[in-house]
Amino acid sequence: MVRRKVTIDGNEAAAYVAHKVNEVCAIYPITPSSPMGEWADQWSSEGQANIWGTVPSVVELQSEGGASGAVHGALQTGGLTTTFTASQGLLLMIPNMFKIAGELTSTVFHVSARTLATHALSIFGDHSDVMAVRSTGWAMLCSCSIQEIMDFALIAQAATLEGRIPVLHFFDGFRSSHEVQKIEQLDESDLRALISDDLVRAHRGRALSPDRPVLRGSAQNPDVFFQARERINPFYQAFPEIMQRAMDRFAEVVGRQYRLFDYVGAPDAERVIVMMGSGAEAAHEAVERLVADGEKVGLLKVRLFRPFSTEAFIKTLPWTAKSIAVLDRTKEPGSAGEPLYQDIVTVLGEELSSGRLPFRFPRVVGGRYGLSSKEFTPAMVKAVFDNLAQDDPKNHFSVGIQDDVTHQSLPFDPAFITEGDGVIRCLFYGLGSDGTVGANKNSIKIIGEETGNYAQGYFVYDSKKAGSITVSHLRFGPKPIHSTYLVSSANFVACHAFTFLEKFDMLRDAVPGATFLLNSPYGPDEVWDKIPRSVQQQIIDKRLKLYVIDGYKVAREAGMGGRVNTIMQTCFFAISGVLPKDEAIAAIKHSIEKTYGKKGEEVVRKNFEAVDATLANLFQVAVPEKASADFDKPPVVSEKAPDYVRDVLAKIIANEGDDLPVSAMPPDGTFPTATAQWEKRNIALEIPVWDEKLCIQCGKCALVCPHAAIRIKVYDSALLREPPVSFKSMDYKGQEFKGMKYTVQVAPEDCTGCAECAFICPAKDKSNPKHKSLDMADQIPLREPERDNYAFFLALPEVDRTIVKIDSVKGSQFLQPLFEYSGACAGCGETPYIKLLTQLFGDRALIANATGCSSIYGGNLPTTPYTINPDGRGPAWSNSLFEDNAEFGYGFRLTLDQHRQYARELLLKLRSSLGDDLVDGLLNEPQTDEIGIARQRARVFALRQKLAGATDGEAQNLLSVSDALVKKSVWIVGGDGWAYDIGYGGLDHVLASGRNVNVLVLDTEVYSNTGGQCSKATPIGAVAKFAAGGKALPKKDLGLLAVTYGNIYVARVAMGASDNQTVKAFLEAEAYDGPSLIIAYSHCIAHGFDMTEGMQHQKEAVECGAWPLFRYNPDLAKEGKNPMKLDSKAPKSAFADYAMKETRFKMLTKSHPEVARELMQLAQKENVARWEVYEQLAGIPFGEKTPQPDKGV
Amino acid sequence: MDLTTRYLGLELKNPLVASASPLSKDLDTLKHLEDAGLAAVVMESLFEEQIRHEEGALDHYLTHGTESFAEALSYYPETSEFTRGPEEYLEHVRKAKRSLSIPVIASLNGVSSGGWMDYARKIQEAGADALELNIYYVPTDPAIPGSEVERVYLDDVRTVRTAVTIPVAVKLSPYFSNMANMAAQIDALGVNGLVLFNRFYQPDIDLEELEVAPNLVLSSSSEMRLPLRWIAILFGRVKADLAATSGIYRTEDVLKMLMAGASATMLCSALLVHGIRRATEILKGMESWMEEHEYDSVRQMQGSMSQQRCPEPAAFERANYMKVLQSYK
Repeated sequence: MVRRKVTIDGNEAAAYVAHKVNEVCAIYPITPSSPMGEWADQWSSEGQANIWGTVPSVVELQSEGGASGAVHGALQTGGLTTTFTASQGLLLMIPNMFKIAGELTSTVFHVSARTLATHALSIFGDHSDVMAVRSTGWAMLCSCSIQEIMDFALIAQAATLEGRIPVLHFFDGFRSSHEVQKIEQLDESDLRALISDDLVRAHRGRALSPDRPVLRGSAQNPDVFFQARERINPFYQAFPEIMQRAMDRFAEVVGRQYRLFDYVGAPDAERVIVMMGSGAEAAHEAVERLVADGEKVGLLKVRLFRPFSTEAFIKTLPWTAKSIAVLDRTKEPGSAGEPLYQDIVTVLGEELSSGRLPFRFPRVVGGRYGLSSKEFTPAMVKAVFDNLAQDDPKNHFSVGIQDDVTHQSLPFDPAFITEGDGVIRCLFYGLGSDGTVGANKNSIKIIGEETGNYAQGYFVYDSKKAGSITVSHLRFGPKPIHSTYLVSSANFVACHAFTFLEKFDMLRDAVPGATFLLNSPYGPDEVWDKIPRSVQQQIIDKRLKLYVIDGYKVAREAGMGGRVNTIMQTCFFAISGVLPKDEAIAAIKHSIEKTYGKKGEEVVRKNFEAVDATLANLFQVAVPEKASADFDKPPVVSEKAPDYVRDVLAKIIANEGDDLPVSAMPPDGTFPTATAQWEKRNIALEIPVWDEKLCIQCGKCALVCPHAAIRIKVYDSALLREPPVSFKSMDYKGQEFKGMKYTVQVAPEDCTGCAECAFICPAKDKSNPKHKSLDMADQIPLREPERDNYAFFLALPEVDRTIVKIDSVKGSQFLQPLFEYSGACAGCGETPYIKLLTQLFGDRALIANATGCSSIYGGNLPTTPYTINPDGRGPAWSNSLFEDNAEFGYGFRLTLDQHRQYARELLLKLRSSLGDDLVDGLLNEPQTDEIGIARQRARVFALRQKLAGATDGEAQNLLSVSDALVKKSVWIVGGDGWAYDIGYGGLDHVLASGRNVNVLVLDTEVYSNTGGQCSKATPIGAVAKFAAGGKALPKKDLGLLAVTYGNIYVARVAMGASDNQTVKAFLEAEAYDGPSLIIAYSHCIAHGFDMTEGMQHQKEAVECGAWPLFRYNPDLAKEGKNPMKLDSKAPKSAFADYAMKETRFKMLTKSHPEVARELMQLAQKENVARWEVYEQLAGIPFGEKTPQPDKGV
Repeated sequence: MDLTTRYLGLELKNPLVASASPLSKDLDTLKHLEDAGLAAVVMESLFEEQIRHEEGALDHYLTHGTESFAEALSYYPETSEFTRGPEEYLEHVRKAKRSLSIPVIASLNGVSSGGWMDYARKIQEAGADALELNIYYVPTDPAIPGSEVERVYLDDVRTVRTAVTIPVAVKLSPYFSNMANMAAQIDALGVNGLVLFNRFYQPDIDLEELEVAPNLVLSSSSEMRLPLRWIAILFGRVKADLAATSGIYRTEDVLKMLMAGASATMLCSALLVHGIRRATEILKGMESWMEEHEYDSVRQMQGSMSQQRCPEPAAFERANYMKVLQSYK
């Protein structure tokens, strides 16, 4: 039988089978497993049925804990049920997993294994998550490749139905979940052949039903629990055989034979590696090469890790093995060895001690590799074999890094390359926004489908969201591709943005004679002189064939903006010769039609035009014999940067972090802040230019800037003595700083070019209103002069916090932002709020940050946007998890309060030696304003001086907690996914605690960081993942829920609608001595509109009643006033008028027009109704005599 | 009383036609129009420029930010089918056709010749009884001569006329050097009707914000003078039927247009301002006026006051202005 060949990634392969053999999927998004749930949801929403002809239900829960509970319930009632997860998500499922296994329930969970957060979060792949659940009693089946993922998903389902033990089917996050490969797709008859309907019915037969009631989930006592637990043993004993039978049956039907352990290599191997996961593919490739070279080596791939079959293992291992290296993709500090190693040692030891071991006990060593998707290459495999050849091989080693601290790493030689000549290897450097990855995925499909070649694609993304860079690694060849590692010897390198030449060493990985395709604004005759000298030298030394195209010009002319994807793709096919040119172009056009056709002829037409115009614009460049450029790549960071930034962070910035040794890293995940300032990204094409003649000094530009890249200062005119020539200033217009100078200054190299400042700027030229006080202009000519201006500006003194009027928009903007140049999207709607927070309170703030966008742009290496003021003070920031952020921040407050109380007690005890004035001052300072805080800081300084050198224990203790005497501002920051969904229980509890914490919810109304999944904050009528047909229910009113407590300060703000109200709300929330909640409307890239206009959308959301503004201040109730204050007017425009400007709403009119109409009407009613509720709340008379209930007669 | 008329070869029970407006967006409203007595309805325009813009914008924003960041490779659910602009419109035409018994005239609005032929054909396939072509073009480039503008119009009309077999009407603007010549040239291409006139949206200025303010102003009664004149002039000189639109609010307006030579009189602002019932009132008014003035049929008055038949043909020409001033003496 000929099966369909498909070119898909691992997530899709797993989801394909899971959707076909289940009835219910209950999921929660988490990287890198999210796409599995999304695929399932999409197929169900399209009406695709499972193998029984019914469409599975796909539901999104509020957390993985919730998802696993729902799965448990669905299983208990007889549903064939699955879920998809990873990392912390899997950990949240542990309690239910114990239950599901203990109750012998058939199910398969598909897990794209991901690193658990320890010293840092990582979204990438290793086995730390799956190894953390190995005691739950689940079977664990590991796939190494995309084909195996599809195959094992089915085998696992067959086995669990028969053996009743639930199966955790896992594969490596990103390396397998996101690698695209051409594989054979199982068809429905394969699935039917493996899944027994009798077993499915038996599963249903075990379900809870009032028609045959049973009790499950009893509580047991010491008398019987133990026996009951042992009662399960036969199922585990039988399971390996059941799994093998499923594999054998699969082989009969499909033809691919798998075993519990598979061995490749020399039959008489003396050195053997035991491992599982995608790394086994690279090892497979290396072993084949080494065996061909005559080495006696082999590889044993573990398929079924739990229940571990000693018998099958001993049978599979070559009995000639003298030494074995067991490789674990996880680390268990403090253990006797990593889990797989321990199992192998145990098994061999048991067999030896029982006299059953049929061969000599080999030397067994364990090693770690590939944590957090660290590269694992054939060169590293060879290093492991080389280690095994030693008389005394290193044990508990690591491979792939340079451990210069405990010296556990094995050295390896990167020059050991096993890829054959038959494989074409390509590297594409693109901008996220230019569509490179999409085009490459497309090329793989074309090659996979139009030729007999196998194809593989893997994509490396940026951790920055603005101006992000992507690197695509593509391989094509006549044989299946096992190279589960990045391309390091490329025949083809493409650079899709000319500026990359100055940033990355792209040609390092080019083989001699390779082709280099450059998207260049310069033509074939002038380009050479524009290439940095060292790059020219590489081109000459490696005899590269150089091609150029002005892709942007072609794209522009075809009306495609900056999307050069189809153009560069056409160039690739034209040059590489993978397909005959005409065939390739026909295939590209066919795929354009397939991809874009559904969106309309216009898009297809533009892409066709671009393809047609490409070849005429593609030129080969004659490469001169000598490098001639008089310039080279600039240093990655300024020479003025601190050592740590230059020596460590700069390497990471330059994509060379893999070369950093262990010693370069802190042991506990602690990093200095204030480092983003050194990473000059220069990503803006245009930056704002200030016309001081028009400026009205409102400060709005600085307020709305997401990246703190435009700032205002007021300063003494005497400081203007020798400014840079183009530095601009004007007289300050207000009374408070009369006689001083005022400047608006852009940070040219940090600006992302979002133009929000220019959009919001209200100051128009009366004779030519399209000219404003801020206009956007080309960055390149401005870069140098504005860099000098900015340096001069930064050196001007910061405004004195104690005299500035901070309760106004302008006043707040005179305060130094302590959050700058983050990696957030250009035009981000969240970061202006965080920046404002740091301006107002940053010098005494502790921030607990929920995982999400704000933790990524706030805390992702290489550099940190949180910064310090000239006194060295600034926000202290940490991220615990996604679900526990409120509790985490609450913990901050507990300690601060505790230490403050302790310090006060010690002050009283030590009063006699410290003096009454100081102690009373410290105890009684109210610290309600900047002046009071400054006074208190001065006292603490005096106190510390007095205590310095003290030998008395209590004095030393007071010294250690004296900082707590200065009022601290605890901020709990996160997105709506956290606050409305996964963290809501904790948030509710913390808000109800009465403690003085401030919660800032950056409400984008969708899971932004994981790619647009629906949250309970998603408004009615919006399309999101898991709400493809439009969210049918209204947004949860988090603010109103909090208001009902009565003692919580609650504000709903939208900076674009009322910046003044926003500033006031922040100040009131912080001043309120109790819990405060600010819910901030944050426009987002996931809303689908031009982010330049973000603030305008905020305004319209408020005007139509979708986002009413209010402040609920319990302090007002104490004064006899109504605490509820409405800060916006009754809805005056139609919800649809606002909504239709955003793709999230608009697309529903294109996908489900009838539903869209209905939901728009519902939303309109809902907004009006909610407004009326608010109005009534705000109208309740307070402070008057409470009416007594009529007692009657 | 015989109110029937023939327009675009369609037998209409009276001359009142609902012109292209938002009223035709909703099926229920269409039904109300029929119930109010309107004899035919012109559907809201399939707006080429908007379709192109929307398609481009949808693609742009659905792909914006995708495949850039490892955790969020996309932001929207993959949607396998979108109702694209023309399809949604065509479906609406189909539904309108199914639920109404009066003729349904589809309307096509655009500037380029790219999508015309295809859209026109699809509209015919959707079952429209006729097609009104609305060439919406404001030439602003001083380098383009009038002859070039005329050529664009004629090319578009020719393209559509050859693409479909259903009757075609062309809705024109009055801004031509020689309106009558332009009408004749279009007429010569075999169109079945001329609709006079198109009203272009006219921008306003917001004094406070110093912005150009887009707002739509409904036609006023006085605006009917312009089509009145040209219908009177063109009646009998072109083969195509003439339809009057702009500023028709009252029974008298309809009667005047018919006398000038209109086969159909189109209502839009009147219905938006006074409600759909206005049509019923106008029809009643027509009947009583005709009874009072002893007219048997609409056909009897059609063209009676056209330039060719009226007692003072010169009144429709330049001299008209003089006459008005003199009438004040």
